[in-house]
Amino acid sequence: MNKQKKTIDVDYIAGLAKLEIDESKKSRFQEEMQNIVDYVDLLSELNVENIIPTAHAAQMKNVWREDVSENDFSREVMLKNAPELFDEGTIKVPQVLPGEGTA
Amino acid sequence: MSSNITYKSLTQLADLLENKETTSEEICSEYFDRIEKVEPQINAFIKLDTEDITKKAEESDSRRKAGRQLSRYDGIPISIKDIYNVKGQSCNCASKILAPYTAIYDATVIKKIKEKGFIPFGRNNMDEFAMGSSCENSSYQTTSNPWDLRRVPGGSSGGSAAAVSAGEVPASLGTDTGGSVRQPAAFCGIVGLKPSYGKVSRYGIVAFASSLDQAGPLSRNVLDSAVLLDTISGLDKMDTTTVRDKRDDSHESIVRKSNENLDGFKIGVCHKYLEMDGLSESIKENYMYSIEQMRELGAEIIDISFPYTKYAIAAYYIIATAEASANLARFDGIRYGSRIKDYKDLNELYLKTRGRKLGDEVKRRILLGTFVLSSGYYDAYYLRAQKVRTLISDSFRETFQKCDVFLSPTTPTPAFKIGEVSSPVEMYMADVFTNFVNLAGICGINIPSGLTKDDNLPVGLQILGPHLGEDKILKAAKVFEDNREIKEFIPDL
Repeated sequence: MNKQKKTIDVDYIAGLAKLEIDESKKSRFQEEMQNIVDYVDLLSELNVENIIPTAHAAQMKNVWREDVSENDFSREVMLKNAPELFDEGTIKVPQVLPGEGTA
Repeated sequence: MSSNITYKSLTQLADLLENKETTSEEICSEYFDRIEKVEPQINAFIKLDTEDITKKAEESDSRRKAGRQLSRYDGIPISIKDIYNVKGQSCNCASKILAPYTAIYDATVIKKIKEKGFIPFGRNNMDEFAMGSSCENSSYQTTSNPWDLRRVPGGSSGGSAAAVSAGEVPASLGTDTGGSVRQPAAFCGIVGLKPSYGKVSRYGIVAFASSLDQAGPLSRNVLDSAVLLDTISGLDKMDTTTVRDKRDDSHESIVRKSNENLDGFKIGVCHKYLEMDGLSESIKENYMYSIEQMRELGAEIIDISFPYTKYAIAAYYIIATAEASANLARFDGIRYGSRIKDYKDLNELYLKTRGRKLGDEVKRRILLGTFVLSSGYYDAYYLRAQKVRTLISDSFRETFQKCDVFLSPTTPTPAFKIGEVSSPVEMYMADVFTNFVNLAGICGINIPSGLTKDDNLPVGLQILGPHLGEDKILKAAKVFEDNREIKEFIPDL
């Protein structure tokens, strides 16, 4: 870890995370996150050269199974929790690609 | 106590049912009465469908009458943390973004308890998406600690712990990502078990940090946790991280046999913990008492230094938030859960739905996770944390070559007051003894070990074992439980 202090740009990170943050809370978030990042920086004290990063908590190898499709749920059931439906059979979403048309 | 049911254990209830001294309907209705009486003070439940439960209890009673009970536990209620999918019930993770949401299938763990006839009994409060150590991050309600209503029950499975401690249910199912079963169990004076990674299927449990999450029981005593572990564990084709644990005996029978002493048992302890900043006096005293107790019971005590304790929290909050930021990307207002109405395009739908429906701690963790994974920072934070994780796991592997189990306090302090801890970093310290267990993927159990002199608050002892070493920690916990000074931990409610 390099020694220079990392400053967190809450607007930039929130944009990446697709999170709207209240203007009134931004400085508090900034400060709290800065504190957390400063705290976790203590890992730079440890020498981790030649250490293999953990990829799996139980150190498993590949787990294989037959590639068989299973469909336990009907379309109707799958759509039960959708917030908005179009024609009762598909999930309604706003227009994704730019251009003419209705959302 | 209020009735002959309220503070009974699972095995005692099973005996009463077997001897026809009670019925499932009677048991459930006694718990309803208890809930009516204490729940206004405790607020452990987000939802409880008494009608549906009564119907299930009647079905169980008819099965038993016909000699077709699914197991000796058929008809016993178990409350469920609001993070498990139980078909037909709401599953909100105490978040507004998952309201409304109705589960369309059973989590594997739920399927398994139903197969034995246990009745899923209400939805327990929790920190939103299991992110927190106090239950204060629930977007529904604040749960109180039954030992002192001004204090938190711990978290994130705080509703589960409070419900068991208050005698509202005999046991509950929680989840533990960094201490979320063990820490509330310690705060509420009950047993809480975090199984080894891969021991229990995660299918149907809303994911927080997938490489750390495990389901675990909260119960009155060690035997009940063993019973529930037998019930919920096992290889599951729906979760490829589950492992096969070949064994001759059930955990229940191991615990039933563990009624003597700890002769020949090697127990690791860390005397350096007594010098740690932030460790309260009552915790220190109790840790020393517990070590002495184990020695008197015949165990050989070995002092072990564990150099990574302070680094573990840092590694944990990098890894857990990184995984959470990816896992919670699915809550975007598109396919399920809530969606705000006033959006002009797709991006605004995402931003506003997530911005308005997620709580502050969840946002903080998503932001932190996004930051540590973002371009230019990945190596410095995430990759380094995963290397530190390897150091922690290796150090535990070495530790368990020297001893059978390792003892630590479960928490650095007893339950704190509601609203008392406001800084996130300070709150994260509540998990200083529990985080590293999830990082290493090993198993751990909280066993109530005493009450503080000043405030009469429960204190817990954490017993850790190697990966798939559940038999060892259950045995040590059981012998300790049978011989500790305070026999029963029942709050004055």
